[in-house]
Amino acid sequence: MQYISKEGALTIDARFGAQVKEESGAEIDRCYQCLTCSLGCPSAFAMDYLPHQIVRMVQLGLREQVLTSSAIWVCADCQACATRCPNEVDLVKIMDVLREISLRNEMVKERAVADFHRIFLGNIRQWGRQHELSLILRLKLKTRDLFSDLRPGVKMLMKGKLKLLPARFKAIKSVRDIFQRAER
Amino acid sequence: MSQPTAGLRYAYYPGCSLEAMAREYDQSVRAVCARLGIELSELPDWSCCGASSGHSTSRWLACTLAGRNLVLAEGMKLDIAVACPACYVRLRNAHHEMQRDNRLREELSSVMAVPYRAEYSTRHLLDIICHDVGLENLKNKVVKPLQGLKLAAYYGCYLVRPPELVAFDDPENPQCLDTLLDTLGAEVRDWSGKVDCCGGSLSLSKREIASHLVAELVEMAGRAGAEAMVTACPLCHANLEMRQTGADGDKLPVFYFTELIGLALGIAEARAWLGKHLISPSGLLASHGL
Repeated sequence: MQYISKEGALTIDARFGAQVKEESGAEIDRCYQCLTCSLGCPSAFAMDYLPHQIVRMVQLGLREQVLTSSAIWVCADCQACATRCPNEVDLVKIMDVLREISLRNEMVKERAVADFHRIFLGNIRQWGRQHELSLILRLKLKTRDLFSDLRPGVKMLMKGKLKLLPARFKAIKSVRDIFQRAER
Repeated sequence: MSQPTAGLRYAYYPGCSLEAMAREYDQSVRAVCARLGIELSELPDWSCCGASSGHSTSRWLACTLAGRNLVLAEGMKLDIAVACPACYVRLRNAHHEMQRDNRLREELSSVMAVPYRAEYSTRHLLDIICHDVGLENLKNKVVKPLQGLKLAAYYGCYLVRPPELVAFDDPENPQCLDTLLDTLGAEVRDWSGKVDCCGGSLSLSKREIASHLVAELVEMAGRAGAEAMVTACPLCHANLEMRQTGADGDKLPVFYFTELIGLALGIAEARAWLGKHLISPSGLLASHGL
């Protein structure tokens, strides 16, 4: 369905709210726009839409605007919103599901954050545990941001805070099994 | 007379950061627990909890990655003791999900080829030291009180949120870390930033957000009269150290709570742990004769 707003035609996906509700288990309809979530959100200053607006947009079915927003990726995952919501709307679970759907549909606005998650999980699949030095280097290559943080990086290496080689352990197979099943 | 803390045995889950970036946290945890009579048996073949990247990508993956470790601990018939609050909340979340979702529990059991019953719990070491060892016992072991050291107790997010998963202290105004530091003889400053987020999960991918949040926290702690911040989280520690700006001498040192316990208990290796910090606390400690 389409309707015309000041910005032009907006597409409404009437099933979107129900989908997010089902996948997250969150009571989205209970939100009465009190703004508690947005007022306590540490990332709000960097968001294109505030958390309470994201909830409203999900209710309204503005699927594309929500899934291509920065807001869902600059969320710092601090859980203050869900903790403080007077109506127990679990915005943390909503944000998780929105990121999941945005990734599945390749609608990600904040590439660096999604790249970080992909590299992070790729490392776990490979070694079972995170190897911070590879995580940092792989992210730098992927985002072509080679020269930031050189000073603290070198200091960390010198202080032995970055292990050169990843940890090895025997039961890595069960970790890889988990990843394989997750893909099915 | 029997040892008041006898019988505290846990499967220890260090988590990935404690193997590298936060090695001093791991070392201080092990030394302090040994001194306090907490027996830690490292969970053999533990794997990453999945962290934010896991649950931002797939609920199933997040629950089974973390759940794998719960199965291993159940095999040892032990509760898990964990140092990293991010791991703590992921493991507790997986446990909670496995208890209410039979299908998920069966899938985990099938991956691991052992039945999983979700019987054992996951505890944070701050909770264990404050409530199982007890601050009275801790006080009796203090040989070098941290007199004059003005500290801001920083809890961050996952020690207190979400409260339905991690309820050992108040989510808005927690007290246990403040009381613990007071027990060690330090001067604990009251401040309003104790449960604010430092942006640690975005420290590498959205640096400007993390820097902004760190600057606000450091400013708040300084205004409250604190000379250093104290954390129980390796991600907060790394972020607070890396994202502070300004001259090295003006930066606020950040301690792990276990390092300060180690100092107060007179554990000799404490100096070596502190030597790994990016912001050296040695001048501050020397100024208080510590």
